Order: sequence, then C-alpha cells, then structure tokens
Amino acid sequence: MELFTNQVLAGIATGAIYACMALAVVMIYQAIDHLNFAQGEMAMFSTFVAWQMMQWGMPYWGAFALTLIFSFVGGIVIERALFKPLAKAPVLTHVAGFIALFAIINSVAGLTWDFTIKQFPSPFGSSPFLGSQLISTHQAGMIGVTLVLLVLLFIFFRYTRVGLAMRAAATLPESARLVGINTSWMIALGWGMAAAIGSIAGMLIAPVVFLEPNMMGGVLIYGFAAAVVGGLSSPLGAVIGGFLVGVFENLVGTYIPGVGNELKLPIALALIITVLVVKPNGLFGRTIVKRV
Amino acid sequence: MTALLHVKDLRAYYGQVQALHGLEFDLQEGSLTTLLGANGAGKTTTLRSICNMIRSTGSIEFEGKKLDNKSTESIVRLGIAHVPQGRGTFTTMTVEENLQLGAISRKDIKAIGDDIERMYAHFPVLKQRHTQQAGTLSGGEQQMLAVARALMLRPRLMLLDEPSFGLAPLIVRDLFKILGKINREDKVSILVVEQNAQLALELADKAYVIETGRIVMSGTADEIANNEDVRKSYLGY
Repeated sequence: MELFTNQVLAGIATGAIYACMALAVVMIYQAIDHLNFAQGEMAMFSTFVAWQMMQWGMPYWGAFALTLIFSFVGGIVIERALFKPLAKAPVLTHVAGFIALFAIINSVAGLTWDFTIKQFPSPFGSSPFLGSQLISTHQAGMIGVTLVLLVLLFIFFRYTRVGLAMRAAATLPESARLVGINTSWMIALGWGMAAAIGSIAGMLIAPVVFLEPNMMGGVLIYGFAAAVVGGLSSPLGAVIGGFLVGVFENLVGTYIPGVGNELKLPIALALIITVLVVKPNGLFGRTIVKRV
Repeated sequence: MTALLHVKDLRAYYGQVQALHGLEFDLQEGSLTTLLGANGAGKTTTLRSICNMIRSTGSIEFEGKKLDNKSTESIVRLGIAHVPQGRGTFTTMTVEENLQLGAISRKDIKAIGDDIERMYAHFPVLKQRHTQQAGTLSGGEQQMLAVARALMLRPRLMLLDEPSFGLAPLIVRDLFKILGKINREDKVSILVVEQNAQLALELADKAYVIETGRIVMSGTADEIANNEDVRKSYLGY
C-alpha cells in the first residue's frame, strides 16, 4: 500500500511538470492551431539561461524571474520572426518550421553549454515534505507551483481585458478583428506566455532529470499526451491531463511486469493514440460544431 | 453637410472574380442609410470592403481620413462598428463578455460598465441572460447582442449586414425600432444592408440600390420607395 501511495504521489509530482508543458502546448495550439514540437527545446534553452545566470552568482529567484522575462520576450521574437510570416502557410510548412526550430535550439544549446549533464538547484530542497517519506519538498514544490500557475492563468483569462481579447482572438479571429483586437499580436502574446510557462517546467524538472540539451525530449512527449488527454482546447484539462498521465505512467511502470523504466515512453504514445481514437476531444475539450 | 463616409470608385475582388465595379456613394453624418439589392449584388462585399476584410481598390474616406491600407482592427478603432452577416457572436462566451469585447479597444475603461447598463436598458432580455453563454441565445437575441456589442464601441458609424436575416417578422420590427432610436438618440450614423427592402425603407432616410456591383439608383428613402422599378423588383407590388 505504501508503494502504491508513494507511486501515486510521485506521479502527481512529475505530472505537474507534464501539466506545465501541456499548458504551454495548449497556449500555442489555441493561438495557431498547431502543436509546437519545439516547446521542449525552448524550455530547455530557458533553463540553461537560468543556470548560466546562477553560475554568474545570481540568487535562484532572481535568475528565475529574469528567465521568465527572457523566455516571454524570446517566445514573442520567435513568433514575429519565424511564424508570423508563415501564418497562412499549410500545416506541413509549420511542422518543418517547428522541426527547424527544434534542431537549431538544441544545437545552439549544445554548442554554448556542451552536452555533459549539469546539476540544477531546487529552490525547495529535497528533504522529506512535512516529515513524510512519501514525497520530497521539491516534488511538493512542483505541484504547488503548477497549481498556482493554473490559478493565475484562470484569473488572467477570466478577469482581465487582455485575457478576454486573447480568448476572443483564439476562438473567432474575424469577429475579434471586428471589435478592434489586433489578433496578430494576441498570437505573439500567446507564444510569449507559452515560452514563459515552458521555462517554469524546465526549471522545475531540471533538478530531477539533470540539465542537458536533450533533457526535455521525453517530458515534451508526456506533455503532448497530457494535452491530448485533457483536450487541446482546455487549459484546465491540460493540467488535469498532466497529473493523470504522471500517475498513469508511474502505476503502469510499477505494477505491469516488464514495463519498468525503459518502456514508460511508449506508454505516453499509446495513451495519445488511445485518446485520439476513443475520445478525440480529450476529457475536457470542446467539440467544435460548425454550422453550414 | 459633409459626408461622414465617402466611397469613390470602389472595386472589390474575390480571387479573380470582380464583385464591385466602381461603386460610389456618400453617407451623411447622422443619417440612416440603406443599401438595397438582390442576392449577389455586392451589398455584403461593400461593407466588407469598408472594413478592409477583402481585397479592394478605390478610395474610402471616413471623416476625411483615408481607410485604404488600414487593417480591419485599426479601422474599427476609428469608430466604425461592423455587425457582420451571421452576427459574429462569440458563442462560447457569456453575454456580458460579448459586450465587454465590443468595448475592448476603448481607453475609457471606467465608462464601460455604464454603457453595459445602457445596453441592458435598450435590450432588457440581454440583462436577464447576461451570464449565459451567448451561443444559447435565440437568433433574435443574438442579433440584439450583436447590435449591442457593436454599440459598445461607441461608434460614429455602424455597419449592419442583413440584421433581419433568419428572424421572425415581429422581432425584426422590434429590432428596427431600436435601430431607429439608437440613430436618433445616440447620434450613431448607420449603414444598413437589407433584403427586406420595405422595412429598410420605412426606417431609413436615404437609400441606394445596388445591382451587380454598381449603384443604379439613389435618393431619399421616400423617393426610392415610390419608384416604379424599385417597387416591382424589391417591394413586390
């Protein structure tokens, strides 16, 4: 029983990271209807930036805040430079763009910081959380940060004018323009926010998986799985999907013989395919009905 | 009297197909002008050209400012509210959010709450339903919401595309009554495109008839209503 509880809690903790990645993926998917394959690499790059600042002697939270700003601006720059010109291009052009971005960021990070793994500090430490052996303070911190993030996003989208404008631009771009919303900048803003959210995921998972240019590969696939499970149109769904995928991954790895650590990744892929076949809109996604 | 909107030699295209062939018309400040014509004559295209939603050439001036090469959103921000065909309702959002979206480009944030209350006074049914998802409203209610949303911009000019479309006759009467009131009391100039010519002519002070992308007739609403050809073609008696 203790093994079970332990695995569930650990699953929720890693699920928090998947939830963050899924949130980032959903932000961009809402804005441009495409999955950003480079989301993980963007997060990895941001994490390296944070690491570099700490190497230069900056305290953790200072580096954390500056990295958020860097990522936000970086996301906007990427959208303006690369994807705004592609706005009307077909899907495959976007896919090629994402893959190019993936390769470029990965290589630049490798070139700048090399491919050896690095320690990344946790602001929460790794002692047992509240004296319990089940979960560490860092794991508790990951869950806490994700939930705070979700609440902040909810408030932003529900109660601010910019949030309202972003929702309008994402659901009905033409109507949004007709009330005076600059939809193109709303997309850029979505990219900025997605990059910032991704950087949080990167900085939280780095103490667990260690910092190196390929650290986000697996995480992003789980993030995709989480986004698909939750429904690509729902931020809340993405977060719940993230926790579900984290728990599911751990339980299957523990209790189904032969799966172990090596076969965990295919589970994410199997989950994506199963959801897409059985319930394409995910658990919380909206079905888009078009009137003819 | 100066023209609020001055359209000259307007030509619009859908891909290779030309839909407007040198359209010219004026809209006077404070007027309620209607654009009549059969299906496919170019009425909707004219409205869409004004907001630069399709490719067009020629000159469109609003309060003396050229609108050519301006983006749709910046044209709207000049004070032109467009209620498109199909209403453009944000169906997944609440009625109140739709109204707030109408005012999203305004800087005077404090006055928005009062304006929402004013809209509820114009359209009491919207107040009853203000927390409902806009998609759950009936067609008539959605049309009222669309008009209210456009008014939230505090526009100088409102473009209405077939407001009567798909509505029951009684509801259309109500809606047009409110439009007349808005035109008189709130000093909003209105350009309305209608297939229901009779109703539009009752309401409007000025009318243009458009045929295959050209203005073929213009005059006061009374003149047009009493014109023999118009009566035969559009009024059916």
